Amino acid sequence: MKKYIMPSLKLTLVMIVLCSALYPLLVSGIAKAAAGKGGGAKAYLDGKVVGYANVGQKFTEDKYFWGRPSAVDYNAAGSGGSNKGPSNPDYLATVQARIDSFLVHNPAVKRNELPAELVTASGSGLDPHISPRAALVQVKRVAAARKLNETLIADLVRKQVQRPLAGCLGPEKVNVLQLNIALDQISLKK
Amino acid sequence: MNTEMMGIVVTFLLTVALALPLGKYIAKVFKGERTWTDFLNPLERFIFRFCGIDPQKEMNWKQHMLALLSINMVWFVYAFVVLLCQGSLFLNPDGNPGMTPDLAFNTDISFLVNCNLQHYSGETGVSYLSQMIVITFLQFVTAATGIAAVVVLFRAFAEKTTEKLGNFFVFFTKTITRILLPLCIVIASLLVFNGTPASFEGKDRIVTLQGDTVQVSRGPAAPMIAIKHLGTNGGGWFGANSTHPLENPNYLTNMIEVIAQVLIPIAMVFALGFFIKRKKLSYIIFGVMTIGMLSFMIPNLVSEHSGNPAIARMHLADATAMEGKEVRFGVTASAYWQVVTTIISTGSINSMHDSSMPMSGAMQLLGMMTNCFYGGVGVGILNYFVFLVIAVFISGLMVGRTPEFMGKKIEAREMKIASIIALLHPFIILAGTALSAYVVAHHPNAAWAVPPSSWLNNPGSHGFSEMLYEYTSAAANNGSGFEGLGDNNIFWNVTTGFVLILGRFLPIIGPVAIAGLLAAKKYTPESAGTLKTDTVTFGIMTYAVIMVIAALAFFPALTLGPIAEFFNLK
Repeated sequence: MKKYIMPSLKLTLVMIVLCSALYPLLVSGIAKAAAGKGGGAKAYLDGKVVGYANVGQKFTEDKYFWGRPSAVDYNAAGSGGSNKGPSNPDYLATVQARIDSFLVHNPAVKRNELPAELVTASGSGLDPHISPRAALVQVKRVAAARKLNETLIADLVRKQVQRPLAGCLGPEKVNVLQLNIALDQISLKK
Repeated sequence: MNTEMMGIVVTFLLTVALALPLGKYIAKVFKGERTWTDFLNPLERFIFRFCGIDPQKEMNWKQHMLALLSINMVWFVYAFVVLLCQGSLFLNPDGNPGMTPDLAFNTDISFLVNCNLQHYSGETGVSYLSQMIVITFLQFVTAATGIAAVVVLFRAFAEKTTEKLGNFFVFFTKTITRILLPLCIVIASLLVFNGTPASFEGKDRIVTLQGDTVQVSRGPAAPMIAIKHLGTNGGGWFGANSTHPLENPNYLTNMIEVIAQVLIPIAMVFALGFFIKRKKLSYIIFGVMTIGMLSFMIPNLVSEHSGNPAIARMHLADATAMEGKEVRFGVTASAYWQVVTTIISTGSINSMHDSSMPMSGAMQLLGMMTNCFYGGVGVGILNYFVFLVIAVFISGLMVGRTPEFMGKKIEAREMKIASIIALLHPFIILAGTALSAYVVAHHPNAAWAVPPSSWLNNPGSHGFSEMLYEYTSAAANNGSGFEGLGDNNIFWNVTTGFVLILGRFLPIIGPVAIAGLLAAKKYTPESAGTLKTDTVTFGIMTYAVIMVIAALAFFPALTLGPIAEFFNLK
């Protein structure tokens, strides 16, 4: 075994240089050409940074579209899901409470119109998206809170729908932050 | 077919389409034939000269294993020191502290065995330096260790009778320079252009649209995410692994990551066929592994798509199982990933397994319990080989022929090794789970960082599944978890640490030893009396052996966990 220790030590050193220094530096260099220069793409409203384009944010006010419940309260210093099992009674009580709260804020919405994704927490706690259906179900509330025309808001949602990859792979979705930025832009213009 | 189903079908077909040429390339690299990467020859010659390695010097199987263990020992000590001291070293913009000794031990072992139990969270538990020179480093070298070990097996069957099986350090180095690094550069580049960070800036503070102030963790994540998948390690940059929108920003990156993790495991099966010139054998093995994958994939998809019955009783618009899942992937791609990451030993996640439906949890567990349908880089084939040897022996007895594989007689010694390795896996998992269940029941208030009474995030059968999952994941060197488990304390850090070691090195040494012993035996040419191992019949036989030994051994434990929960939830 002894005769393998020296080559092992030296080979370890070589691989640290190759895999842990040169390779990350190379990728970091390539990333300079990407949006956000490898620091993550940001989202702007009126030239002001309002977050990262792809990191979900907390929206609780009626005038904004809401994203999904988050186990880390959308603080991206950390990340994570609830890790609650499907049969956990405490978890089911939490879901029930979220349903009740949603229905209070959205009196026009019937229980059987509410998609489950709006009352179940995401895996990362930072899910930036909701489905088109989950956005449309909130249109009435947002329109009322902003005193805007419902069809105008519904059209805005439809415009924000991101199609599946290449038109045929994966789900449709709406980026909540970008949708809300578009909303604020309309309100700013008024 | 809807777009979500279409997504996973295309993903799988793309994987196989890429794995075939890659397998051919890998076989050429290790045969020393000409490839387009020969421009790296001078670099490799320099590395060998610098390290004092004579690439012409061949080793027998024992020397291979000694070299493997020596270099692994070096890594163990090195990583342990860095993790303990990371708090006071450089490249730590977020000021994360050094690890406690038990956590450092667990993290070190975990990555040393190409696993990612991660009893810490990426954002707060490690510095950028540790992420790069410990985690990323080990993700490369342990993947290369697995591949080097399986190449020894390739060599053992490529020639008629031999003791000389190539040089371990050469296999190891070439794996990194010719396979892992080039592919990683491609994958990491694709990731950064889709929004994964790769800069060295620390946490950012932002004011959200609604006016809250929050922080956003970042860092040079893309290089690590590429190798974590390609090398089937799975350890995430961020705590939430590939559910995180910066770690896995969109459906395209999701496809790239899920293809990357199973690419080399499948390619190695094809490489075997090209290397030993028995393509039919490798296609049969690929077929058995694919059927094995489907036997877990289909029930998992059905179970996830049926949704949560408890939520269905709340009469919403739907009862989709979206807890712990991300909208951009949807249920189908999440279910696909759940199975892929558990049958091969990646352990990265794009949804929280703890929140998946009971029968999906059972399929994920079975994926790790069998641990050989594709399997981790290199080690997947080694695990499969153990079952293959057992299948040869059993079918030999059934039809009254001498058990032979590739012209070599399988005798008592090889069978003993194979049986021990096959039984070791259920033994360490079930013993560990029994021990932890005992501690929870009888010592709920033991004075550990997390007392046993608060280990479990869920009551009843699901809580039991959390413990079963942790040991299964450790023994299979998988690394995913039912993450609700409060596992950062001395009990879990130490016990899973030992399970990890046993689950790594014995299942590498065992099959390599069998291959080495067989290689040295006299070659008897095939005759009418030879049991053919490259037929569909023998493939079915191997599948049956795997299911009986690896899956049925766990049936009682599965009954107490996910199966009981399934019936409770109905």
